[in-house]
Amino acid sequence: MALTREQLAQRVAQELQDGYYVNLGIGIPTLVANYIPEGIEVMLQSENGLLGMGQFPTEAEIDADLINAGKQTVTMAKGASIFDSAESFAMIRGGHVDLTVLGAFEVDVNGNIASYMIPGKLIKGMGGAMDLVAGADNIIVTMTHASKHGVSKLLSNCTLPLTGKGCIKRVLTDLAFIEIKNGKFYLLERAPGVSVAEIISLTEGELVVEGDVPEMQL
Amino acid sequence: MAGFDKVVSSYEEAMAGLEDNMTVIAGGFGLCGIPENLIREIQRKGTKGLTLVSNNCGVDDFGLGILLPDRQIKKIIASYVGENAEFERQMMSGELEVELTPQGTLAEKMRAGGAGIPAFFTATGYGTPVAEGKEEREFDGRHYILEPAIKGDFAIVKAWKADRYGNLVFRKTARNFNPMAATAGKITVVEVEEIVEPGELDPDHIHTPGIYVNRLILGTFEKRIEQRTVRSDSE
Repeated sequence: MALTREQLAQRVAQELQDGYYVNLGIGIPTLVANYIPEGIEVMLQSENGLLGMGQFPTEAEIDADLINAGKQTVTMAKGASIFDSAESFAMIRGGHVDLTVLGAFEVDVNGNIASYMIPGKLIKGMGGAMDLVAGADNIIVTMTHASKHGVSKLLSNCTLPLTGKGCIKRVLTDLAFIEIKNGKFYLLERAPGVSVAEIISLTEGELVVEGDVPEMQL
Repeated sequence: MAGFDKVVSSYEEAMAGLEDNMTVIAGGFGLCGIPENLIREIQRKGTKGLTLVSNNCGVDDFGLGILLPDRQIKKIIASYVGENAEFERQMMSGELEVELTPQGTLAEKMRAGGAGIPAFFTATGYGTPVAEGKEEREFDGRHYILEPAIKGDFAIVKAWKADRYGNLVFRKTARNFNPMAATAGKITVVEVEEIVEPGELDPDHIHTPGIYVNRLILGTFEKRIEQRTVRSDSE
């Protein structure tokens, strides 16, 4: 079975380590915050200028001056700090954020990512995504493996305009956990009940399968 | 106004000198920390042909979005737009020029503009549509593109508190682009929720020194929320 959005978030959360500063993109990445493992501390960075993002506010706690990068009202966690946008992106661009999780339309075997623009459709912009992919060393892309019509999104070459070039090393799809190196995809794990054959058939870029590929433990 | 006292008493006075075809840098992220009354004054003045530099462009009836119906904006430099129908219509029809700029690059362009740095190299956008037409350079095996700084004829800023000398304190994530915007305007206009006497703010707690501020006005704010998201009290 393909992973649900919640399961994708659960699997990403397993990559969190104690003391990590983490930037979570909008959508599935945001859900990762719900699955932070017991006993570890992570601090969430929101690129509009907050390190130490807390949970959503109660009605009584709502503050128009306190939002996240998705423009949602939030709270601050204990030990939070506030800064301006230049400082925020100094953190990001300077490689100080330990893990970045964001979505994509396409990735390819060279670590290229396309995530912000579909020509001919409404273009809303890249927001902070280009800075995040250029600045972070440790990035996990979360996405669906293929379109509803079975068209692969893991390609030999991205077809859409790029968000970043050669910057993605790990991709978690609803079917598989994949590493990108040496111009190839490497199959690390498969979603529970999903066969290697199915993953191969839905991966357009070259996919290396070595030995028995374990199922994800969720 | 006398000496270092930057306080003006009307919005008309605050935005005096803004003319057609000028460049205006605006602070704010989404609808958070936007100079909402200064934007309304631009709408009232009817200034046209403006180039706006702002992370976003408001919504249909609030924030920079209110400058769209009368076609006051010729061009916008932003990282994320399209939260309003009129914006989408003008962009698709080509009436409004949109220069999409990565958020961190946009912040740094303002910072550089205010700091006397004409351009800077960044890895952000290398190999993407953002790099088109820009100089590329390799440092230590990594590729970078040259991004020019931005300066504005005006900068419009929202802060929380100020003293009469224009020393500013921002509140929570309403800070965002405001401190950089404040440095990058030939004329920087700031609206605030409270003005105190010089000496009342702790110098260690000032986010933006008054040297960057030309005009200061006390406003009242709606502070509209774009995505009201709550958890239930029982959680």
